[in-house]
Amino acid sequence: MSEQSQKEFELPVKITEEIEQISKELRLSKEKKEKLVEEVRKSYTRGMFEPGEGIGIIAAQSISEPSTQMTMRTYHFAGTAGIRVTYGLPRLIEIFDAKKEPETPMMTIYLKREFNNASEAANLAENLVEKKVLNIVKRISLNLNENSIEVEVLDKRKIESVSKVVKEMIKNSNVKTKEDKVMVAVKTENVKELQKVKEKILSLQVGGVKGVKNAIVRKEGDDWIINTIGTNLSDALKIKEVDERKTYTNDIHETASVFGVEAARNVIIREAMKTMQEQALDIDPRYVMLVADMMTFAGDINSIGRYGVAGAKTSILSRAAFEETIKHLVRASIRNEVDNLQGIFENVMIGQVVPAGTGMFELIVKPDES
Amino acid sequence: MTSIFFDGKFVGNTSEPQRLVDEIVSKRRAGTIPYQVNVTYHEHLDEVRIISESGRVRRPLIIVENGVPKLTNEHVEKMKKGELKWADLVKTGIVEFLDSEEEENAYIALTEKELTVEHTHLEFDPSVILGLSASFIPFPEFNRGDRVNYGAKMVGQSIGVFATNYLLRTDTKSNVMVYPNKPLVKTHAYSIVPYDKHPNGNNVVIAVASFDGYNMEDSIVINAGSLQKGLFWSFMHRSYEAEQKRYLGGQEDIIDMPEAGVRGYAGEDAYKHLSEDGMSFPETDLDSDQVIIGRVSPLRFLGTMDRFVTGLENIRETSVRLRHGDKGIVDRVFVTDTTDGTKLIKVVVRDLKTPEIGDKLASRHGQKGIIALIVSPEDMPFTESGVVPDIIFNPHGIPSRMTIGQMLEIIGGKVAAITGRPVLAPAFSPTPEKELRETLVNNGFRNDGKEIMYDGRTGRRFESQIFIGSAFYQKLDHLVSNKIHARSRGPVTLLTKQPTEGRSKEGGLRLGEMEKDCLIAHGASLVLKERFDSDKTTVLVCSVCGLVAVQDKIKNKRVCPIDGEVKINEVQISYAFKLMLDELKSMLIYPKVVVGEE
Repeated sequence: MSEQSQKEFELPVKITEEIEQISKELRLSKEKKEKLVEEVRKSYTRGMFEPGEGIGIIAAQSISEPSTQMTMRTYHFAGTAGIRVTYGLPRLIEIFDAKKEPETPMMTIYLKREFNNASEAANLAENLVEKKVLNIVKRISLNLNENSIEVEVLDKRKIESVSKVVKEMIKNSNVKTKEDKVMVAVKTENVKELQKVKEKILSLQVGGVKGVKNAIVRKEGDDWIINTIGTNLSDALKIKEVDERKTYTNDIHETASVFGVEAARNVIIREAMKTMQEQALDIDPRYVMLVADMMTFAGDINSIGRYGVAGAKTSILSRAAFEETIKHLVRASIRNEVDNLQGIFENVMIGQVVPAGTGMFELIVKPDES
Repeated sequence: MTSIFFDGKFVGNTSEPQRLVDEIVSKRRAGTIPYQVNVTYHEHLDEVRIISESGRVRRPLIIVENGVPKLTNEHVEKMKKGELKWADLVKTGIVEFLDSEEEENAYIALTEKELTVEHTHLEFDPSVILGLSASFIPFPEFNRGDRVNYGAKMVGQSIGVFATNYLLRTDTKSNVMVYPNKPLVKTHAYSIVPYDKHPNGNNVVIAVASFDGYNMEDSIVINAGSLQKGLFWSFMHRSYEAEQKRYLGGQEDIIDMPEAGVRGYAGEDAYKHLSEDGMSFPETDLDSDQVIIGRVSPLRFLGTMDRFVTGLENIRETSVRLRHGDKGIVDRVFVTDTTDGTKLIKVVVRDLKTPEIGDKLASRHGQKGIIALIVSPEDMPFTESGVVPDIIFNPHGIPSRMTIGQMLEIIGGKVAAITGRPVLAPAFSPTPEKELRETLVNNGFRNDGKEIMYDGRTGRRFESQIFIGSAFYQKLDHLVSNKIHARSRGPVTLLTKQPTEGRSKEGGLRLGEMEKDCLIAHGASLVLKERFDSDKTTVLVCSVCGLVAVQDKIKNKRVCPIDGEVKINEVQISYAFKLMLDELKSMLIYPKVVVGEE
């Protein structure tokens, strides 16, 4: 970059603010502050990519080369109080493919300051786990004479909630409670129908957060953390003890729907970096950030692949060369599409100079006016 | 009631399954029932299965009764004298063969020490757990498991004497070692299989040291003197064949010296080794692509004009040539008939492969390496007694791989060389390390196998003592002379006009997808363009319809077949792209090329 353009260059607001703050703290003189700004500007420009540099390919190579060293194994923490999580390459593929549901969905729940203690955490963990009628039932039987279902509950205290849920969810029924039994009378003559209702009762949710299969309490520094298997961010955030500013899920799509794409972008970066670091692979976070940007800049989450980023390329030839050749060619011919041959792949195909690196620019000579 | 199955077929029921099984077993041991029969009672299925089918894998075991093995020292002594044979042991019920099914209900002791009353069988030796290749490895239990695995794999790739009748055979490709050895450190497997007839390597004196960095990263420094004496020499035999085929209409191939002027005639030089009968004599020296068997065939597809031409024009040369990149000497020529009655010629070409830089050698412990330097014997380090190593092995190959077995083999090899008797080191019951070390001390060597050595070039004593001994090395079938390949220009494929692939077709080395990405990442677009111009062509494009135009050579004009004499542009594209345009047209997609302003 020329010296002139370097001076014209505006630093990002965040950096300018930080300089302002630091110079105030250190009581820098005007000259010294100017010098600081100049130094920052220098190193900032040094850190930038040159125009025409193939950052996409460099990012791809920088991520994929270390990934080849990743072991395919997903190991478990045998014997420790932990949760099995997808690790390594499978997890990385999961992230970049933007799979709708991760193989091991997980929430990390932080507690608000006033609830940040062991007993509250243990209590909450207990209450978070989804409970179905199936989990608390002692015996369930069909009474064919009265066309009713008798549900015997293990814990008498739960009987109220069971009858409430059954009343809500089972239509055309008459629910009565008797000691530790809930009697559900159904208006039907059919035994099959009765059986179906029985199955439905068993699968009704009576407590906890839907989708949470297990919760484990952990202490990290001063914080009590609850790790859960299964995520349901929107429901978890409604609980009053939960700190909604810190609570986190590894489900990208769920984050996007609850907090928005910007948050989802951060989850992509955080999860990908975590996966790489777990395998002791050191990559520059900016490459992952670039990938995350590509996946989210359209406003929703796109996978790196034929239905996502690669499928959104403008060039027909480039898309056809990647996957589903015939589909793209036929579609292009029907729509009378034009390939302007401005991308890299197309130019490699036809054997011309690629518009990247040294081939990006052309020299226009101004004829001498005199 | 328990069902009884014989060879998978239901044959009846019994109320006393265990008694039935016991009876069959005892009768089999007595010899009343053939020894191939196996029987089991599956309690959980309530089935008795009697099996006599072929194709089962069975293994011999010593029968144990009341905790006492039936095979006694007496038997062993008698067998040593030759009074008793293996078949006698099977017949008299001392040894029996179990299949996987009967093994299920057997309680087999691994060693005699652990025998109890409950045991039914005794293993001959714990090392029978290993397969053929793995049981060739000495001291395997001292190595990490994966190394034994690699070692066993490489035993399979070693060049040796694969068949004793190799002079009569016409395998497509085979290797035979010239001066093979029996290993100094052995396992039981070497005496069980006919290893004396099928050796697969050489004993070498190995020094664990570095040599000017020429044995970095698993490369090997080897003594030129040893190579001149025949170490690791081998012959590669390759057979070529030509059949004198008959075709419809009475035409047939002619095996003969092709006349000049025949289609595909390669020039006089290619045929100079052929004799009058169209074959080359044994012991003729042949070079790459030279003709071994001369042959001409009638043209299969006659063009419109060819029908009227007779004689030379109507036949095409189909001679058999030496493979591209190969050389060799004609070893044997066989002339016979096929079952169809046509004449068949097989020629075996031999080529001596002396070790050279780039050839792959390996010990039996998964320690492979490439010859990187051949040193004259006078420049090699030597010991006080004047022993010069054949191979210098880099010590860095040991700590991370932890092949202690190889270290022990070197000591064992040294002991064997001193005492003149092979050292036995089968899996789990090797000659004790202590005993080996004692033998070394008793013969005036250090117990750790190290010796004072001197630099052959300067005569100076090395500061540290060097571990030296004897080990068994194999030459693996990955010889550079069979793989070396380079090209700058050469043949292209008809369809795409891109270079051919593969060494035998004198092909190019592909600059692939990932290599392309690297050039882009470096921003080297012009290099990229240059590297991908192997099939570049100049194509005429009509400015109206955007399809390929033609050059009318008679009128010397550029014409578009559709629009006639309009403005026609010249573009330079890869031929593969032109081919793609044609293919798109064939699938009814109109690829219109719009040429921009230059």
